[in-house]
Order: sequence, then C-alpha cells, then structure tokens
Amino acid sequence: MNPLPSEEYVYKCTTACAGCTSSLSLRYVLKAAGPDTVLVVPACCTSVLQGVYPATAMNVTVYNIAFAAAAATASGMAAAFRRQGRPTNVICYAGDGGTVDIGIQSLSGAFERGTDFLYICYDNEAYGNTGMQRSGATPIGAVTTTTPAGKTDTKKDIDRIVAAHGLPYMATACAAYPQDLYAKVKKALSIPGPKFIHLLSPCPPGWRYPTERSVEVGRLAVKTGLWVLYERVHGELTINPVSKVAMKRPAPIEDYLRIQGRFRGISDEAKSALRAAMEQQHRRLLAEEAGSC
Amino acid sequence: MLTTATGNRAVAAAAKEARPGVVAAYPITPQTEIVEQIAAYVAEGSLEADYIPVESEHSAMAACIGASAAGARTFTATSSHGLLYMHEMLHWAAGARTPVVMANVNRALGPGWNIWAEHTDAFSQRDTGWLQVFVASIQEAYDATLMAFRIAEDERVLLPVMVNLDGFLLSHITQSLETVDVGDFIPPFSLPHAIDTTRPRGYGTLTPPETYYQFRWDMERSMRASREVIAETEAEFARRFGRVYGPTEDYRCEDADVVVVALGTLGKEAEVAVDRLRSEGVKAGSMRLRWFRPFPALDLSGREVVVIDRDYSFGFGGVIAHSIRSTTRAEPYSVIAGLGGQEVTYDDIAGFVRRREAGREDWFGVSD
Ligand SMILES: Cc1ncc(C[n+]2csc(CCOP(=O)(O)OP(=O)(O)O)c2C)c(N)n1
Ligand code: SF4
Ligand SMILES: [Mg+2]
Repeated sequence: MNPLPSEEYVYKCTTACAGCTSSLSLRYVLKAAGPDTVLVVPACCTSVLQGVYPATAMNVTVYNIAFAAAAATASGMAAAFRRQGRPTNVICYAGDGGTVDIGIQSLSGAFERGTDFLYICYDNEAYGNTGMQRSGATPIGAVTTTTPAGKTDTKKDIDRIVAAHGLPYMATACAAYPQDLYAKVKKALSIPGPKFIHLLSPCPPGWRYPTERSVEVGRLAVKTGLWVLYERVHGELTINPVSKVAMKRPAPIEDYLRIQGRFRGISDEAKSALRAAMEQQHRRLLAEEAGSC
Repeated sequence: MLTTATGNRAVAAAAKEARPGVVAAYPITPQTEIVEQIAAYVAEGSLEADYIPVESEHSAMAACIGASAAGARTFTATSSHGLLYMHEMLHWAAGARTPVVMANVNRALGPGWNIWAEHTDAFSQRDTGWLQVFVASIQEAYDATLMAFRIAEDERVLLPVMVNLDGFLLSHITQSLETVDVGDFIPPFSLPHAIDTTRPRGYGTLTPPETYYQFRWDMERSMRASREVIAETEAEFARRFGRVYGPTEDYRCEDADVVVVALGTLGKEAEVAVDRLRSEGVKAGSMRLRWFRPFPALDLSGREVVVIDRDYSFGFGGVIAHSIRSTTRAEPYSVIAGLGGQEVTYDDIAGFVRRREAGREDWFGVSD
C-alpha cells in the first residue's frame, strides 16, 4: 500500500458524531485533491461538522450553499475559474438526500452541460442532518424516523441514472477502503469534465450500530456484495477485485443486517427484495464488464 | 450610437457592454429574448463570456453565486415564475454578498397563466436583500442595467441588483436607444471576499446568533449606504452620458396639490394624465418611483397623494400605498390597477385623481 499524504485538511475538531465515516472519507478526498480546491457543500451533515463560525475545522476553501444547489453552484464556479485560467478543483461533497432527491435536477443539469467538476455523494442512506428521515437512497426494510416500520420502497439506483449521462468518469467507493477512495479521487480529478463518485458512508447513529464498528460495517457492505466497488472510465467498467470475489462468494447478507439496528425486524419480503436488487445489479455489472450488455 | 431596440434587446446590449464573465439563465416569457440575445453575443464572439444554459432558475442564480464568488462578473434575467423559483437563491445571493445583476421582466403569477405586466413578482422578493429599480422606457432599461453593475459591485454595497421592466409594455416595444461606450464607468470586477484557495476560508459556515445578526446588520448598513452610491453613480452617469436619473422621476410636481405615485410604465402614463388634469385646472403632478429597494425618502408633505399599485398583498393592501403610508405622513388614495396586464390609460389615471379620497382603496374596474 502506498502511504497517503500526511497533510490534513480536516482537523480533529469537527463536530461529526463519533465513528462518522463521511467526515473520515472527506480527509482522504482532500488528501487526494490538495489545497487548490473548493469544496461546495449543500445542506447536510457536512455543513454542520465544519464547526461554528468564526472557527472551522477545514483547511481548504468551503463554499456552503442551499440544499438543492450544489451542482449548479459548481457550474458557475468552474466556469469562472477556467475563464481566469485557474485549475482549481471544484468538488461537491453532498449527502444522498442532496443528490438523489432534492438536488437531482441541478446534478443532472451540471452533468449534461459538461461542467468540469467532481461530485461526490456520500451516502449514509438517510437525511442525517435533520435526524435520520428516509431518503430515496434508504434501502428497503431500513427503519428511519419517517419509516418507523421499515422502508417499503427500494433504494433509488442513482448510479444508473448518473451513468445515463455518459460521464467520462464515475465510480463507487466505500469509507472502509480509503486507499481505493484516494486513488479514485486522484483519477477523477485528472480527467476534465464532469465526474461522479458514490461513496457508501456508514453512520453509527443512523444505522444504529456501535461507533467502533464503522469500518467493519463498511467492509461487510462490500463483502456481502450489497455494495459493489467499481469505476467506469470513458464508459469502460472495471470492478474492484474485492467486489469480484464478493460476487462469487458473498458473505451472508445477514452478517451485514444483524449488526445494524435499522434492520432489526426486517421482513422476509424486504430481505428478498434487497437480495433480488443486489443480484440484478451483479448480473448487470458483470455483463457490462464482459462487454455483453 | 443612436439606434432602436426593444426593452429586452436594450437590456441585453447593456449587459454585454458591462462585459460579464458568466451569464447563467433560463428562458421565460417575456424575458426570453434577453438571454437569447446574450447567447447570440457569446456565440458570435462579441461577448467573451461563459453562457451557462442551466436547467432551472434556481440553478441560474446558484451558478451566478458560484461564479461571482469565484471572481467573475455575473448577469442573468428572468420573470415571474422564474423569479419565484429562484427565491431561495435570491436570499443566498444577497447574504453571500455576491453582486449579481439581474433583469426581471415584470409579469403576473399563475394561476391562471398570465404573461402580462404586474409587479407582484418583484415585490414578493422585497425582503431578499436585493436592490430593486423600476424603469419606464427602453433608454432607461439600458441605462439602469449599466448602472446596476457599478452600484452592485461598489465595495460599500456588494449586494445584488434587480432591474425591473414591465412585461411587453417595455420588453417587447421598440423605442429609440442611445447606446454608450461605457469606458471605465464600470471598473473591473473585484470582489474583496472572492475565493482565494491560497487563503482557505469557510463561506456560509454554521453561524450562531451572536454573529448571525451582525451579518444581517451589515447587509442593512450596505443597503443604507447604497443610497449614496446610487446617487453618486447616477450623477456620474449624467456627467458622462448626459441622462439624469434619481430615486423618483418627478413631473410637474413643484406646485402640485395632488401627486400620482406609480412605478414603471404606469408612472409614464401618469404624466399624460397630469397634462390632462392641468388643462382642467387641477394642479396635478406625477412622481414615478424608480427605486423600490432601498425605498427612497419621499417628500409628499402638503400634497394629496394617489398611489397606483400594479400589485397586491392579500389581506393587507397595495404594496406601494402601504410603503408610502409607513414612510411619509401622507394618507394616500390607493388604486389597485393593471393586474395581469389590465389596460390602464391616462384617462383612467385622470379619473383616479378626480375620484380621489384619502385613506380609501379601490380596485380599478371592480364595482362592488
Ligand atoms: C430546501 C430545504 N429543505 C429542507 C432542508 C432541511 N434539510 C437540511 S439537510 C437535510 C437532509 C440532508 O440529507 P442528506 O443530503 O442525505 O445529507 P446528510 O444530512 O445525511 O449528511 C434536510 C432535509 C433545507 N436545508 N433546505
Ligand atoms: S449523523 Fe451520520 S453522517 Fe451525520 S455526522 Fe453523524 S455519523 Fe456522520
Ligand atoms: Mg444522508
């Protein structure tokens, strides 16, 4: 493993919850991006965890913006920077709600217009900022404060929606695999145009597991095959070896569900739906990688 | 150069003269011609800017905010539902102190769909922290747009400016237009708090009550200071280009017993009504309100006042009538007229003056 740069752009004084993987991931994102970066942050946990004015836990420029507006703000910013000949990285760091729900219109617009930016959706599968309500990215069966009996709809497949935009680069990542995340951010930022990384971010209070198990939960998401790590560069899909293995010999889904309080009491139907969606995704990805889609 | 133009073309020509770096906009009747024209300037190379064809007005304003923060002069245009759709970002633009300039072609709001002139769209944005000016001719649309950049970007202001022109009555009619070579009338864009990644800062970070109110007070201080900046800018404009503007345009007001207060084209129409009334021996005058925010200090002492509102605040009254009531000692006769493009002629306005009754509100054309 290559050592990651020692520079820190997220100081230890964030107000994130203990065990928060989205703030942990942000450290790696910024290590990859470096100081000539503007992080555009819509309303989400990340707008809170920077700390309270005039203090900030962040050592890069952070531009906070309204919930639905991150990608559009990035469009204007990137245009202005490029016009001035500045190579500054414009990176949106947005939650799943700000991406798959309220922000999907501005996201789609910015992708379609070819904005030169990287959009990272850190996915804690609910509205964390407002106390864990369901989002379009909440998986079926999960309890949130607005799905007290478990969500009855399946997780919105934002990756296929994004893929339909034909981006030069898109990838999935998971907080439990920081080297992979780092490499993917580096790769993304080396490519001009719109880029997307979908980052699974286990969240102890939202997913209801003990704070020290964040990395384990993330690894189980990948090893069960529920979360597949891959990247698609100019349309060419590469599935990470760890996910290839998981697709062939998956760890039991129950291992992942059992340690999370949000899945306590999940119905057999919801569990089957979860499994069916996963298997369908595997078939699709394997077919695409084999070039037969 | 003397030419002719529609209101929309005049605004586009002025925006081009100001050399924005980024224009992000979305079409809506009756504004569309402005952004089409700017897209054409960019395509033909006569304007070196990024034209961002956003997917909504919310995104248009967000893109302008981002571009402005990144150090570019920005312009956009909208109308009616488009303006309402960007409401959240209007507050953001002002609070972020991004001096965006926007033309708003005043149009009524649905339902039912109505594309004609009304001011309720702009007045609904009253408390967003935007400066708002209303124009009454094609020339003024051009001149006010040019001045808007200088005013918005002045370090004492750093607030966005909205230039309002009546839908169709100005946007689509053709009048003569004297364009100018703006020279250094608008200084190069320089935002003191523009993003500089070598000096990382958090913008719009979580702000507690102890500091939040200070930012709000700072906005109000700038809004107050903008009165002086507007006056200076209008004086400098007059010196360079010969056309004189102020907070109001007064017509035969010096010795008037009764003054008509209105905005936009109704204010111009009122001038013809004043001539009519004068010929009947009524000492009438017209005070066309140009600036809505900051709201000017009006001297109406000793006069009767007739206010025509092309807007309405339901359960309250005409916005301008109430603004006058609360900022002067006047007890105006309030007429609600011209909603959704309802035709209002100088004869009608003369009739309002003849029927005036202090403290009363009438809806033009409504008999009950
Ligand atoms: C227009 C608007 N609606 C609602 C909110 C309230 N709100 C703030 S953050 C948030 C949820 C954010 O969820 P997500 O994007 O998943 O990010 P997370 O909080 O989980 O990090 C909501 C509903 C808001 N700020 N703006
Ligand atoms: S709620 Fe979850 S995502 Fe938000 S700060 Fe806490 S751990 Fe992180
Ligand atoms: Mg979330």
